[in-house]
Amino acid sequence: MSTVRKDYVRPVDFKHGCVDMTHGGGGRAMAQLVEELFVGAFDNEWLRQMNDQASFAAPPGRLVMATDSHVVSPLFFPGGDIGCLSVHGTINDVAMAGARPLHLSASFILEEGFPLKDLKRIVESMARAAQEAGVPIITGDTKVVEQGKGDGVFITTTGIGVVPEGVHISGDRARPGDKILVSGTIGDHGVAIMSLRENLSFGTTIASDTAALHGLVAAMVEAVPDIHCLRDPTRGGLGSTLNELARQSDVGMRIREEDIPMQPEVRAACEFLGLDPLYVANEGKLIAICPPESAERLLEVMRAHPLGRNAAIIGEVREDPHHFVEMETVFGGNRMVDWLTGEQLPRIC
Amino acid sequence: MCLAIPARVEQRLDNDMAIVEMGGVRKEISLALVDGVEEGDYVIVHVGYALNRLDPEEAEKTLALFAQMNALEQEASP
Amino acid sequence: MKYVDEFRDGRLARKLARDIAAAVLPDRSYNLMEFCGGHTHAISRYGIHDLLPANVRMIHGPGCPVCVLPVGRIDNAIALAREPNVTLCTYGDTLRVPGSGRVSLLKAKAEGADVRMVYSVADALKIAQELPEREVVFFAIGFETTTPPTALAIKQAEQLGLRNFSVFCNHVLTPSAIQSILESPEVRQYGTVPVDGFIGPAHVSTVIGSRPYEYFAREYQRPVVIAGFEPLDVMQAVLMLVRQLNEGRAEVENEFTRAVTREGNLKAQALVAEVFELRRAFEWRGLGIVPYSGLRIKWQYAAFDAERRFAIPYIAAADHKACDCGAILRGVKRPQDCKLFGTACTPENPMGSCMVSSEGACAAHYTYGRYRDVVEKSSNTRAQRR
Repeated sequence: MSTVRKDYVRPVDFKHGCVDMTHGGGGRAMAQLVEELFVGAFDNEWLRQMNDQASFAAPPGRLVMATDSHVVSPLFFPGGDIGCLSVHGTINDVAMAGARPLHLSASFILEEGFPLKDLKRIVESMARAAQEAGVPIITGDTKVVEQGKGDGVFITTTGIGVVPEGVHISGDRARPGDKILVSGTIGDHGVAIMSLRENLSFGTTIASDTAALHGLVAAMVEAVPDIHCLRDPTRGGLGSTLNELARQSDVGMRIREEDIPMQPEVRAACEFLGLDPLYVANEGKLIAICPPESAERLLEVMRAHPLGRNAAIIGEVREDPHHFVEMETVFGGNRMVDWLTGEQLPRIC
Repeated sequence: MCLAIPARVEQRLDNDMAIVEMGGVRKEISLALVDGVEEGDYVIVHVGYALNRLDPEEAEKTLALFAQMNALEQEASP
Repeated sequence: MKYVDEFRDGRLARKLARDIAAAVLPDRSYNLMEFCGGHTHAISRYGIHDLLPANVRMIHGPGCPVCVLPVGRIDNAIALAREPNVTLCTYGDTLRVPGSGRVSLLKAKAEGADVRMVYSVADALKIAQELPEREVVFFAIGFETTTPPTALAIKQAEQLGLRNFSVFCNHVLTPSAIQSILESPEVRQYGTVPVDGFIGPAHVSTVIGSRPYEYFAREYQRPVVIAGFEPLDVMQAVLMLVRQLNEGRAEVENEFTRAVTREGNLKAQALVAEVFELRRAFEWRGLGIVPYSGLRIKWQYAAFDAERRFAIPYIAAADHKACDCGAILRGVKRPQDCKLFGTACTPENPMGSCMVSSEGACAAHYTYGRYRDVVEKSSNTRAQRR
């Protein structure tokens, strides 16, 4: 019999405890947090090996890689939280190349004093999102900063994926004549977040649209391999994203306001706050640009997928050295949809 | 301009406050600038305050005015 | 959205467009000024330009309280925000407006000033109650529409015995600005003001009523039609103005009867009169000094007047010399006629008042309409080639 007793380790107090500097110090407290929380929740063969890196064989084909930092206030909002958002965001960035996402990494910056029960809730939400998406989080890191030097928690995720053969999706491939499609209602995420912000609080039933879009993308790419561009209109919304694509592809665009899907509550909330829904963020929508002859087929495939039920063809790409995005208004007039100036702020006049 | 929108008073609260509704969105606002507002009334809301009651009859009249055919069109149509 | 969607109906818009086209006399032009940024916004956002005949020209007036706020007052607000014990509360609109040296409240905030965006002055009162050790200053801007809530907040602060709440008052008056456009000394500099008629303010008029406009319809023989901010309201107002001009009338007509009466909101007016008094003169960015065009807090409420409390010195700061805002606000020039437009002066980097807020004449044209200039230019060159 060994005389060395097994150390008693007090379990992490996820009910009342909070993050302190030792959780990032590299010592036992950190190891314990990693083991009890992250490894437990994300549970996969790579993390169980407890290495500083994850090793895996690269599948054949072109690989894509994307990274995204997530800061959001409030951390929990209708329809999601920073945890699932950080998984969906990076999966979507990978998927917008037409790629099948393979693995994720996650890096946490925690603020001293952050309640462990909130951290647990966030990590469990990430785990659930990763599992539902079938994209495991295989390596990660945690750092702690002093109180006042962070905003509770910041999460950076990185993803890699592989592009199916014959797929060439890139923001510079939009051609005059191409059709522009959007996968569903716009502005849901931004309005859900704003409805909670201090001093702006108003009641809505709008939930964030945060979702992993790679399943939808896979169906789209399979049906129409010659999709030219895909992009998720996150910050800056539909308006800014269309301008990005127009500039990248050296083209102009013309869209029809009437055809842009939008929930009535989002429209009303934007009226209240003086915001233009075209610039409000989305976290589970994509813009697709494809040759005109494939557009109807693509629309059909999108609408058949749960995340594309409200998909619509909203306009066309056209030749324009000025890269203007023009819109036919519901009123029958025309206007430009310009880049967003700075950040969109609620206004009174 | 002064961003203001018409909203329906859903529920009166204490201290001249009320919950208004517009297109499925709700907000707490003040009715302190307008006397005699009742639940169901429409008010024009600006920076969290009702500025005036909206007159539904006048709104209908204005809409009717838009739709009014002018003499030329009336002659042209069979 | 009831009382909103009905007033954005594209079918009715085309019908009204036909009515306007049928009403205009081909041998004259109609230069109509929409005073308010709200109308400018509707015109730009819904593309009303495309629905009007070529001889109806809309001139965007100075009716945007953010645009007309002089740089000196922005500098004052920034100086206040930088006071170590001050929490400055402001509507989102003013945050990005650059003061002297291109510093904005947003930048001051980044440098450590305690600046908070509020949706309502009531939120500023709440913050004052929550932070008794801080001096909470509300940066009050706006026309007659926004003034009554500020008056109410000052009275509430008095009732609550709040000693740490004050208001930096920049409330301005619409009728005096319209008058200034028609008769200020600068008119001589710019020549005759080519404004044939006015679309009168929507929400300002819900408070002050339609009566104040009767004076200059009479005095200056210009028709005024008060109109709502929805696009059909604007179209109808254009039609009513065209008819008045054709018939040689110069009257005040009210298209916005659903919310505006001749008397306005008497309760709100009484409240404003109780708390505020006229300033002898106030500077408007782009228009210069306009007599009796601003309000200040009455002596009896001096405890809540940030200008008295903090002894704020006003230093006027001039706009760029090449800036044509003064001429644009009076309808003498169009935004695209200004040398700075779209080059040195953009919404990201505004040089003059008309570019400062999205409601400004230049910002609206830049954001929503500048593609038309390209079309205009290329059709001109094509015409020349022929």
